[in-house]
Amino acid sequence: MIKPVVSLLALLLSAGAWAQNAVPTATAISVTTTNPAYLAANCANCHGTVGNAVGAMPSLAGLKADYISEQMRAFRDGKRPATLMHQLAKGYTDAQIDAISGYFAAQKPN
Amino acid sequence: MKLNRRASLKVLGALSLSTAAAYSKAQSTAASPLGQVVIVGGGYGGATAAKYLRLWGEGKIAVTLIERQAAFISCPMSNLVVGGSRKIEELTSGYEGLKKLGVTVVQADVTGVDTAAKLVMLDTGESLDYDRLILSPGVDFLSEQIAGLDAPAASNILHAWKAGSQTTALRKQLEAMPDGGVFALSIPKAPYRCPPGPYERACQVAHYLKQNKPKSKVIILDANEDIQSKKGLFTKEWNTTYKGLVEYRNNWDVKVVDGATNTAESELGDKLKADVLNIIPPMQAGFIANIAGVVNVNNKWCDIDWITMESKAVADVHVLGDAVQIAPGMPKSGHMANQHGKVAAAAIVELMNGRTPAPLMMANTCYSFVDADRVVHVASVHRYDAEKKTMVTVAGSGGLSTEANALEGAYAWSWAQTIWSDMLS
Repeated sequence: MIKPVVSLLALLLSAGAWAQNAVPTATAISVTTTNPAYLAANCANCHGTVGNAVGAMPSLAGLKADYISEQMRAFRDGKRPATLMHQLAKGYTDAQIDAISGYFAAQKPN
Repeated sequence: MKLNRRASLKVLGALSLSTAAAYSKAQSTAASPLGQVVIVGGGYGGATAAKYLRLWGEGKIAVTLIERQAAFISCPMSNLVVGGSRKIEELTSGYEGLKKLGVTVVQADVTGVDTAAKLVMLDTGESLDYDRLILSPGVDFLSEQIAGLDAPAASNILHAWKAGSQTTALRKQLEAMPDGGVFALSIPKAPYRCPPGPYERACQVAHYLKQNKPKSKVIILDANEDIQSKKGLFTKEWNTTYKGLVEYRNNWDVKVVDGATNTAESELGDKLKADVLNIIPPMQAGFIANIAGVVNVNNKWCDIDWITMESKAVADVHVLGDAVQIAPGMPKSGHMANQHGKVAAAAIVELMNGRTPAPLMMANTCYSFVDADRVVHVASVHRYDAEKKTMVTVAGSGGLSTEANALEGAYAWSWAQTIWSDMLS
């Protein structure tokens, strides 16, 4: 994980407009983990904030994480037919899919 | 006034800078241990950013949303109002939901931005301090690029490309059109707001004509060389469902209109007289972006950092939505603006907590109604490319509908209701 940290630091130091925001301390630079809520927000446009949709779109809040991951992989691999989820599922890695599933599984359904 | 709006706004901006002291401070009373964010524009980008800053900031970021209209009216779905299957009221939502989340909503026009003093000036005479400013100004029209469009006689020539009174007025013009008439719809050179939108509108008008005025015609005057989105899907509808009702003309760049005779004239001197002339003029980032000094691409759009959505021209100013210089393969869409709003909110939450924002993903789904029920989509997923420092489409992701279908029609209306809820409540 050394390389991304160094390149991020270089990015911050080289970007003049960022000067005020760059906090060149080890603690600030090393935090690169992404809150799964940020990733799951990709889905919220159609499936609702925290996974509660309005209308025909399926809600995801409170579904089992394994189930969501399995469906996403089935869409991606063409095993479950879809209108467009087979196209969107191909945009995410296994790790991203699992992070999204874990997030929605932990949310309360309406 | 309209002719030189851009120029006069620049002057107004400069005046406001020099008279900032004359404005009274209107500060949010909300607790803001982490900082204050002022957002200009309560559409798909700005409203989403407001909501998610409150949510992810865990209430520790004070958020003020400035919007000139009393309520949000959605551009997506507004072609259905023209086609007659939806009412504008169904596309309209208030800002009460955001207020409940602790967002201070101010109905006002921004008259100036002082990015050195970090102040936003309003037409109410008040000013607002910010730690970070988010501009989600949408687009404004370069109507002066079409001779005659700003003339009083051309007041009947509508764009209806911002949902609201023009949308319902265009519907009335369509209803008043005689059978055998021509509805001409012009499309500006890309990039413009909502690439498939004009072709969806052509379908909606044709849907109405087929039922009510079958001797009439929609003529699409496209300044572009070819159809900009969902080409095969739209042309299939025009050649089957709407056979004889839709005519497409490419490289037809409207340069002159005559409001008295309802005639459009192209760059090459071709003329077309229509019963309804629906001119969508060329666009640029909403004029407030000029005032704030963040327009830095082709004098029209705003170049931003894709990790934070922060302007590359001015520090601590973030730009969202249609105003942004798009990344490759990324449309100017409401869905995308919502995703921009979330990325900006996440980055600001991270920065205000003393952490470094990581690159995030974005997804896009654009549904277009080809009649009252059937829909075609285009979808894509975008990731940050660290070497290119921009968003790129994830290889293998995305695609189109195989054909227009009613199942996606149900999903499309659900999409609208869900995204409105995702941004406003």
